[in-house]
Amino acid sequence: MTMNHEPDLRHALPAVTEAELAALRDRLPAVTEAELAALRDRLAARADAEGVLDVAYRTLDTPVGTLLLAATEAGLVRVAYPVEGHDQVLQALAARVSPRMLNAPRRLDPAAREIDEYFAGRRRTFDLPLDFRLSGGFRRTVLSHLPDIGYGHTASYAAVAAAAGRPRAFRAVGTACATNPLPVVVPCHRVIRSDGSLSGYAGGPAAKQALLTLEAA
Amino acid sequence: MAEHGATVLRVCRAVLGPADADDAWSETFLAALKAYPRLPADANVEAWLVTIAHRKAIDVTRAAARRAVPVADVPEPPPAGQADGRDTELADALAALPRRQREAIAYHYLAGLPYQDVAAITGGSTDAARRAAADGIARLRKTYPGAALPDGENS
Repeated sequence: MTMNHEPDLRHALPAVTEAELAALRDRLPAVTEAELAALRDRLAARADAEGVLDVAYRTLDTPVGTLLLAATEAGLVRVAYPVEGHDQVLQALAARVSPRMLNAPRRLDPAAREIDEYFAGRRRTFDLPLDFRLSGGFRRTVLSHLPDIGYGHTASYAAVAAAAGRPRAFRAVGTACATNPLPVVVPCHRVIRSDGSLSGYAGGPAAKQALLTLEAA
Repeated sequence: MAEHGATVLRVCRAVLGPADADDAWSETFLAALKAYPRLPADANVEAWLVTIAHRKAIDVTRAAARRAVPVADVPEPPPAGQADGRDTELADALAALPRRQREAIAYHYLAGLPYQDVAAITGGSTDAARRAAADGIARLRKTYPGAALPDGENS
């Protein structure tokens, strides 16, 4: 509708030079990372208080790499290793749980503290509310039995299958462990092959070995 | 959404000044969080956020006007330069522009929205948005003495 005289107007108005554009962008007081972090913290607290923060997340540096931790209002919903791709994990959470998601460390404080204690050798069991919504059916049953394998112990896939009430479903146990949304906290790393070899792990074999070595100390 | 935090804060500061910008930013993202599940997957998130920020900036201005107690008919003192040594001259010159010009400059030059989107946000025609930005830039060339506006009438 205004297309006809737009070109005329463009010529009539003084052009904005690159230098002016740069001045506008660079000479205005910069937005610092500290200012944004303070604003994000306040936003997260308000969003939480108003019940619109469906997923809170943060990262945590550990001896097995930087873990992504995410929690719903029900509890810890996801622990992810770097090799899983934190961005992809967040996108999947937005699609499967809710896009109302913020980097909001406070909700993860208890989880971060317990995981820190675990890696420091000062914690043997986790005492955290867990949200298993990313795992369903038999997989969920399997995961619910994994904490029964004590700290420093291991169990075979067949043994876990038997404990979960389907002794022949050891392959399904493997799948349940491989898709465990809460590694480290739900100890799928304690499930190994009957011959003692480690088999796969979401965080990679080195991470699985590191957890078992930590627990054997 | 998080990656747009800095842009939205710059836009809020340009339109409202630093004191009220934080409130507008918080209200913008809180409203966005509430509405996010209804946003179409192919929407331009930044344009959407600037649209919300525009409305929240108006709300913040209205709330500030309600709070203001008229003591005397004294003009506001110019904002003091920030203690951390930042260059606030351009921000001050921007703050002195009429609101429509500040909005057009912020949405077009800081947020990078085309004039068509700017017009959809502020109301009025695309030409009017373009002219408001151009008038604002022309005024800045006069009022901002910084050397980085070379084509202006520098002192």
